[in-house]
Amino acid sequence: MSDGEIRVAINSDQDIVVARQRGRALATDIGFSATDSTLIATAISELARNIVSYARKGEITLKTIHGSSRHGILVVASDDGPGIPDVLQAMRDGFSTSGSLGLGLPGVRRLMDEFQIASQPGRGTTVAVKKWKQ
Amino acid sequence: MEVPILKQGAVLIATFQAALSDADLNQLRRSLVQQVVKHRSRGVIVDVTAMDVMDSFASRTLREIAHMIRLRGAETVIVGIQPEVAFAMVQLGLTLEGVAAALDLEEGLAYLIEKFKNAD
Repeated sequence: MSDGEIRVAINSDQDIVVARQRGRALATDIGFSATDSTLIATAISELARNIVSYARKGEITLKTIHGSSRHGILVVASDDGPGIPDVLQAMRDGFSTSGSLGLGLPGVRRLMDEFQIASQPGRGTTVAVKKWKQ
Repeated sequence: MEVPILKQGAVLIATFQAALSDADLNQLRRSLVQQVVKHRSRGVIVDVTAMDVMDSFASRTLREIAHMIRLRGAETVIVGIQPEVAFAMVQLGLTLEGVAAALDLEEGLAYLIEKFKNAD
C-alpha cells in the first residue's frame, strides 16, 4: 500500500469529478467497502464543490493514514478563498451563502468519522476529514 | 460527457454515465426540457444506475428537471439509485422530495404507464 500523497488541483467543475474518482480509487485500494468508498467519494465531491463555489480554486489532497490497529483515509480540502466568517453557523444544516443547498459541511461531517475545519476570513479555509476502515 | 436521450413512444429515457460534471448536468437539463417540448413527451425516465456519486448539485439538478418537466404537464421518474448512493444521500441530508423514484427502468416505465392511464 503506497502512502504517497495524491494532490488534485481544483479549478473547475471537471476537477470535482477527478478528485472524487481519485478518492474512490484510493479508498478501494485501502480496502474500504463499496458503500464506504461511495461515502468518501461523496464527501470529496462536496468539499471540492465548496472550493469551486466559494474560493474558485484550491486543492484536495488524499492520503492513506495508519492508526494503532487500523487504516484509513485522510482528505484535506484547502483554498486561499474568502474564508468563512462564522464557522459554527456554516456547520449548521441549512446554512449557505452561495445560494446552494447549504448542506455541504454538516453533511460531510456525517459521511466521515473525523472532521476538522480551520478558516480565516480573507485567508482561506482548510477542511480535513478522516474515515477509518472498520 | 453528454447524456444520451432515447425516445420510446411518449416517454424519453435519459441514461446517466458514470461521472457527470456540473456542466454535463446543466446540459442534460436543457436538452431534456427541449426534447419534452419537441416530442410532446408525457413522461421522462432518468436512469442513474451508473452514476458514481449523487451530491448536492446532482440532486438539486434532478429536482429542477422534474419540476420543469411537470410544468410541461409531463411526469419524471428517477430509476436505478444504487443502495450505497442512496445511503450517502441520506447521510448528506439530500432528498428528492416531490420526485418519483423506481427500482429500475422496467418499474419506471410501469409507473409512467399507470400514470398515463389515470390521466386518460
